[in-house]
This record gives sequence, C-alpha cells and structure tokens, in this order.
Amino acid sequence: MTAQIRGPVGSTQAGILGVGAYRPVRVVSNDEICERIDSSDEWIRTRTGITSRRFAGEEETVVSMSVAASEKALAQAGITPDQVGCILVATVTHLYQTPSAAAEVAHKIGATPAAAFDISAACAGFCYGLALASDMVRGGSSRYVLVVGVERLSDITDAFDRSTAFIFADGAGAALVGPSDTPGIGPVVWGSDGSQLDLIRQEESWEDAFRREDGPSWPHLRMEGNPVFRWASYEMAKVAQQALDAAGVTAEDLDVFVPHQANMRITDAMARAMGLPETVAVARDIAEQGNTSAASVPLALERMLEAGQAKSGDLALFIGFGAGLVYAAQVARVP
Amino acid sequence: MATTEEIRSGLADIVNEIAGVPAEDVQMDKSFTDDLDIDSLSMVEVVVAAEEKFGVKIPDDEVKNLTTVGDAVAFIERAGS
Repeated sequence: MTAQIRGPVGSTQAGILGVGAYRPVRVVSNDEICERIDSSDEWIRTRTGITSRRFAGEEETVVSMSVAASEKALAQAGITPDQVGCILVATVTHLYQTPSAAAEVAHKIGATPAAAFDISAACAGFCYGLALASDMVRGGSSRYVLVVGVERLSDITDAFDRSTAFIFADGAGAALVGPSDTPGIGPVVWGSDGSQLDLIRQEESWEDAFRREDGPSWPHLRMEGNPVFRWASYEMAKVAQQALDAAGVTAEDLDVFVPHQANMRITDAMARAMGLPETVAVARDIAEQGNTSAASVPLALERMLEAGQAKSGDLALFIGFGAGLVYAAQVARVP
Repeated sequence: MATTEEIRSGLADIVNEIAGVPAEDVQMDKSFTDDLDIDSLSMVEVVVAAEEKFGVKIPDDEVKNLTTVGDAVAFIERAGS
C-alpha cells in the first residue's frame, strides 16, 4: 500500500539512427496501367508526376518487405536485432486481423522478445510511428524502436478504376530510433478530421463484401482526388509550418523536405503554400515508386540519401497525411 | 468591390503564377480547360488563390460550373456584392 512505484526512466533525447528501404522488383510502366484504364502515359505524368511504380510479387509480402527494410535500417544504425525493444509496423494492407505483422517481423529478424504492434494511420502511419517511437525512447518504454512503414496497396487497388489505378504502389521503409545526444526528433504536430472520412476509404467492410447475396466481392480503395488535393496542399501546408514552429526552426533552416509522396502536384503546391526556399531539397520518389502510403516517407528519405540529395545530419521536415483523414508532421535530423 | 476588368486582371495574374499562362491570354471568353490548358488540380489552386485575393468563398461543387474566365469573374462579382 505504501510502496512507491518506480516510474520508467528514458533517454533525454531521441533520434533516427538508421534508415532502410525495400522496393519490389517489378517495375510497372504507365503504359501497362493504361492497358486497363482509358488514360495515357502523358496524362498520368502531368497529373501525378509518376512515370513508373513498383508492384510486389507473390513472395514480396508485407512481412518480407518489412524484414528486408528493417535489416538495412539496423545495419546502418549499427544495432543488432537483439537490442531492439519494440517493433512498430504502420500499414493498412496486412490483410489479417491478427496476429500483427510486427510480431512476425520481430520473430523473423531475430528480435524476439521485442514488443510488437501494428498501427493503422494510413499515409500518416510512418510519421505517427516516428512520434510514438520518439516518446517510447524518451519515456523509457524501449531504448531502441524499429518503425516500419509498409504497404501492398496493389492488393486493394482496382486496376480498372481510372481515378486510382495509376497512383497506388508497394514497398517498405524502416527507421531505427534510439537515444541521441542532441534532439534528433522534434515535437509531432498531429491530428485527425473524421468529418472527411469518406474522401479516402475502403469502399465496404470485408464482412459486407464477402457476405453479399450474389457472391463475395473484393472491396477496393476509393479516393476523391480533388478535395483531397485541396486539403493536402493547403491545410497540410499549415500543419507543416506548425511542425517547424514546434521544433523552433524556420523553412530557411531546413535542408530537406520529405512529404508523403501522394502526388507530385501536391508536393509542389504544398512547397509553394509554405513558401519553401529553393535551397531546400524536396523528395520526389513518387516519380518511380508511386504512392506507397505508410511506406512513402521512409522510402523517399532513403532515395534522397542514396542520390546524395540528403546527407547525415541534415535538418528534415517529414509530413504524412491520408485516409481518416489523419495527419502528422515533425522535424528530424537525417541519420 | 473591384470592377469587372480588375477582377479579370487579378485572375489573370493568379493563372499566370500558377499555370504559367501569359496574363493577356486570360480573357473573358476563354475556357480554362480547352483554351488555357488548366486541369482540375490547377483549378483548385486558382480557386484557393482567388478566394484569398477577392475575399470570397467558392464552394467545390461550384467550381465545375466555372468553365470560362467570364464565368469565374461573374461568380466573384456576385459573391463579393
């Protein structure tokens, strides 16, 4: 009764120590997409900035892609799997209610008995996960946290829907978060707007789809492009600015801007609305990767590092936004 | 409230900034999509900028009725009065 609880003790600051990516092998051109929809390579490029995207093959599962990306992130961070205290997988395409993808990923990379759970925050999943990981490290729940963003959106995209067939794609990105001497991850600015639930959604529940009287059907992802474009380009520009303010930095201080790769036009409109200086390198991974929802921010960061557009120690701004609607943004140091 | 020509000219500046179309091409009879090559995503940006510039609200379901520059100018005039 009089015993005191000893509260958890964490690290003073957290940072991203390593990042890794897995891109499916199969490259799908716009022309191939146009075999099933009435559109053209030129229209897709102009409308979205996408020239090609990656679709996962049978062997490239949500779990296997997560494992591959995770192993690279751990290697870059110089951390072994047994040191990982928690694995968080952000995804909406692990098509099992249970067990989580994270539990299997933890087992396969040799991180058992790490804590493991999935989160469902659509295209904001990685930024949500990064915020949780930062809090866990600083709060003392886990010294090292693996955050994975992974999707097989091709599983739930209607190849015959001319408003979405060319957008969504597959892949995985991972970040290892751990203690840092200086603040490596800024405060998250995040939230939701459930009044706009209908803008991006799975069209019906699995139960409704499978128990139809005229036989089971497969529910697909539907999206209302124009209202989403407006929300993302303008409302999210405000959220991005708030994340800069929360971290005590300005757009002039930034080296790198990594928004969720929803659409190149959104990226450009958002950068314009923020008044982003020309000196800031902007992520454009969507051009050859497509929109990979929760995976898009870590994949885009990895590409910038590979291409030399971002380097270790750079100041970056991440922002994710998507179905829910939900959003999250934070400033962070590039590992 | 601004004159018809002031609104047209203000809109022309917006279209020029967003889509790179020369301001003098943005005349009342021109269709945004057919003549000025402005797609629906650029229209969203034009509408947001026009709302800010002219202090009006242009609802999403109204935008599809604004086929020509003249339609947009007329809407802004009505909304601002």
